[in-house]
Amino acid sequence: MTDFLNLFITSAFVENLALSFFLGMCMFLAVSRRVETAVGLGVAVLVVQSISVPLNNLIYKTFLAEGALTWAGLPDMDLSFLALITFIGVIAAMVQILEMTLERYFPALFQGLGLFLPLVTVNCAILGGSLFMVERGYNFTESVVYGFGSGFGWAVAILALAGIREKLKYSDIPDGLRGTGIAFIVVGLMSLGFMTFSGIRID
Amino acid sequence: MTAISSMRKAFVDPLINENPITLQILGLCSALAVTKTVATALIMSAAVTFVITLSNASISLIRRHMPRHVRLILQITIIASLVIVVDQVLKAYAYALSKELSVFVGLIVTNCIIMGRAEAYAMKNSVRLSVMDGLGNGLGYSWILILVGSVRELFGSGTLLGMEVFRTVSAGGWYEPAALMLLPPSAFFLIGFLIWALRSWRSEQVEQEEFQILPSAESEDVA
Repeated sequence: MTDFLNLFITSAFVENLALSFFLGMCMFLAVSRRVETAVGLGVAVLVVQSISVPLNNLIYKTFLAEGALTWAGLPDMDLSFLALITFIGVIAAMVQILEMTLERYFPALFQGLGLFLPLVTVNCAILGGSLFMVERGYNFTESVVYGFGSGFGWAVAILALAGIREKLKYSDIPDGLRGTGIAFIVVGLMSLGFMTFSGIRID
Repeated sequence: MTAISSMRKAFVDPLINENPITLQILGLCSALAVTKTVATALIMSAAVTFVITLSNASISLIRRHMPRHVRLILQITIIASLVIVVDQVLKAYAYALSKELSVFVGLIVTNCIIMGRAEAYAMKNSVRLSVMDGLGNGLGYSWILILVGSVRELFGSGTLLGMEVFRTVSAGGWYEPAALMLLPPSAFFLIGFLIWALRSWRSEQVEQEEFQILPSAESEDVA
């Protein structure tokens, strides 16, 4: 159990996808001007990440990894080079299904998240999560924890940034830094702050 | 406009005036992540320039045959196939570097510069113009990457492309490496300052103020 807790803390804080791996940066900067929109995108990323990482894990283990097709009588097959194109397809399809399900059964939720779901497909944090899952060889349970943890970390980071940027709009910033420039500096400082989480372990 | 000058415009504009990173704020993930050393920045630049040029060319080539509804899927499939080629070539010929770049080569698929240019430019323009636009955007992305990579490597470990420039204290020299340069926050700071510098030089790129701060009542009295 502590292993999973540690994996959660590492993926959410120490190795925060946005602040230490720079994933999903474009959207991170573009959609963090207001807290409400940041909440919407953060939750959308959290939901999609928690489903897509375990799902891609299953697909990778069953079809793509070296020797995974033994059950089909093809023990020498190695399709891992197809991982990239499969993952992006799975993510795009999953987002589409999620969008349709929400629209049909949870219209209130769709009102809030609908706008952000298509954006999430091209968010590198999502594809990055699945690629890290392969690189680090997580098993299914670990991938569930990792998917949730990394999505959670990303959501927390964008929420914090949006909070800071909302306060910043009343401050007097040098012309050239206004908007994007100062956002980069703020994210840099936040990333420094998140580095202090490294070394936290639960025994 | 003559054909030559519009081709030149497609190529030159993205270098500074419409730079994908500092102005359009696209494709940042990789720009920040692979700039720890010049070598990784160079490989990443080459990979992105290759993918964006070819994807622009092939998407522009079939732009009249793509049904509107499925165009995004087609674009992403073309891009993903090109990225798989790059990934496999790197794994075959530069294994150590491809390990160091880890997932970031794969993430070129979701690099918004490439999708953005495909959608905004290649879908509407001829093959030749699209190739120039792809090359221009690739190079506009590259020079920023290489610049940030050089600064981080030079001050972070005293080397450039692995060759010693400043002799570090641990090797018996005078230079105490700034370890912060090798950590993620410095990439954010450097790009932030770079944007500041570029916009102070090209002041038309400065963003509008969201709120005009009115002078306070007292100062109005004085005036």
